[in-house]
Amino acid sequence: MSSDQSSAGAKGPAKAAIDPLDFVDTRALLSGEERAITDTVRRFVDDKIVNRVGGWFENGEFPAREIAPQLGEIGLLGMHLDGFGCAGTNAVSYGQACLELEAGDSGLRSFVSVQGSLAMFPIRAYGSQEQCEQWLPPMATGSTIGCFGLTEPDSGSDPGSMRTRARRDGSDWILNGRKMWITNGSIADVAVVWAETDEGVRGFLVPSGTPGFGQYQIHQKMSLRASDTGELVLDDVRLPDAAVLPGVHGLRGPLSCLTEARFGILFGALGAARASYAAARSYAMERQQFGRPIAGFQLTQAKFASMVSALSQGTLLALHLGRMKDDGRLAPDHVSLGKMSNVRTALDICRLARTILGANGISLEYPVIRHMTNLESVLTYEGTEEVHALVVGKAVTGLDAFR
Amino acid sequence: MKIIVCVKQVPDTWAEKRLDPATSRLDRASGDAVLNELDEYAVEEALRIAEATAGSVTVVTMGPERAAEALRKTLQMGADAAVHLLDERLAGSDAVGTSYALATLLAAREFDLVLLGSESTDARTSLLPAMLAERLGLPQMTFAAQVEVDPVARTVRIHRQTEAGYDVVEGSMPAVVSVVEKINEPRYPSFKGIMAAKKKPLETVSLADAGIDPEQVGGDHAWSAVVDFAQRPPRGAGVVVSDDGQAAHQLADFLAAEKLL
Repeated sequence: MSSDQSSAGAKGPAKAAIDPLDFVDTRALLSGEERAITDTVRRFVDDKIVNRVGGWFENGEFPAREIAPQLGEIGLLGMHLDGFGCAGTNAVSYGQACLELEAGDSGLRSFVSVQGSLAMFPIRAYGSQEQCEQWLPPMATGSTIGCFGLTEPDSGSDPGSMRTRARRDGSDWILNGRKMWITNGSIADVAVVWAETDEGVRGFLVPSGTPGFGQYQIHQKMSLRASDTGELVLDDVRLPDAAVLPGVHGLRGPLSCLTEARFGILFGALGAARASYAAARSYAMERQQFGRPIAGFQLTQAKFASMVSALSQGTLLALHLGRMKDDGRLAPDHVSLGKMSNVRTALDICRLARTILGANGISLEYPVIRHMTNLESVLTYEGTEEVHALVVGKAVTGLDAFR
Repeated sequence: MKIIVCVKQVPDTWAEKRLDPATSRLDRASGDAVLNELDEYAVEEALRIAEATAGSVTVVTMGPERAAEALRKTLQMGADAAVHLLDERLAGSDAVGTSYALATLLAAREFDLVLLGSESTDARTSLLPAMLAERLGLPQMTFAAQVEVDPVARTVRIHRQTEAGYDVVEGSMPAVVSVVEKINEPRYPSFKGIMAAKKKPLETVSLADAGIDPEQVGGDHAWSAVVDFAQRPPRGAGVVVSDDGQAAHQLADFLAAEKLL
């Protein structure tokens, strides 16, 4: 075992080879801690998710009860929150974790986004001390699963039109309404439900099993199949006053949660893109047509150049927005731009990647079609591409085009 | 129990390695460096023993400045403290010199158990654990696929992996144990572990600090030297076996000729 320590320094670092999966060496922009967090998530996804997720997607299932405790053990659930069993990482680390999770599957990343940013975040930000103590520690370990109920069958981009209502009855509240397209909806132990009241929109913590509270799985999805999507039905659900989140009134509450989750998406979508590009690249190096690897053809190389360029730009944008968030300078408009831009970028990369694989591009043997169809959901959930474009449009013109 | 784990930072296991023609040493600047994989298993085993016995784990490495990254990773996994033996005069040490340096460093410290990976993925000699045990005058328990400690009786029992199966070997503590990958599945550093690692002690010691004689370490005092090396020749054209009913025989002959059967 020779220990040959070469003293680096005098001749300077050797010119590093290009990493095809990180062309402009964005890893160099990460701190040691951020790299370690990235590596832990990547290894977890490689070891525990990649080989199984195609099957989950095909069967339309996500083994949440098996996976959630593993996510919790790593510290992924509510990772960017402080206290109550949460790891308390910075925003860039959270973004990087989302990217690595989504390189596995958008459904896996959605699970973590919903648990951490949509269910745990409002409890941490707007909940009472008792609510934090009751819910956050088991949600951080993954033994308790949460969901977020804002969208309704007739209320999507315009959440102010929600019909779900909560009215006072003595010291209690009575909730009526329906929530639709709720990730983790049918399996959640607790739902953060937003309802209109006489005092504006309020958030309610609705435990599973509360009389009148129904949770149903939505079937016939062609996207995010390795993810639970549910419908919540609230039929005279009676809750004590202790169930309302005391810290926020109005749409600002749910919208602030969505800004948190979208921030994760603007990193996450690039994970799906990177995985699809990587699959296309290795396929093209192996696949022989006309007597040589298709990677050697100019049209294929043009596709790679386009994908690598878009991926590099998207990653740099994400990291920059992450640094702004950690500096406290990130506005919701920035997040809208990032989500709109990076999800579109990711979808374009996946579609290009899919063409390189030919018929194999539509098989679940490869990750590409799965990522591609998943991103069709990511494109419209948490604010459609169009609404984010209008947010950006308003920010640059001062003119509100949709309200 | 106090456990010391000796680790090494090695070039990325899957990367292509390059020798520097000027020094005949591994070009460490040319690629990513990682914690030697088998050492990760040693750290994991140490953490498990420490958790079961309310003990502590200190990780030691000898290597250039960058090797601190490997130590930090072990702290992220859960080790309590790390010691970095860092001195330019150590550069080029062979196994004899390395074992001398580490034994000198360890002899001044209190421990019940020394754990190491059974080999590094770069040098692959498996010499260090045995040499270290010999220099420390401690039981040498190598290639462990299972480790059981009895803190009361102060004994260690291992399953020593052999080609035929395993031997059960027992020794008294303190002892030096090297582990093989069958022993466990190393944990992922959790985010809390990663965040906590910043605050854990990472001590840097020089030859003088550790009382190591500079005349016994480094490339100039190594007992072995690389005289010459050559690039592995490019892979030649293989033999295509087409099945005319004899393919199985041909394959079997080939495997036998390569001593794979």
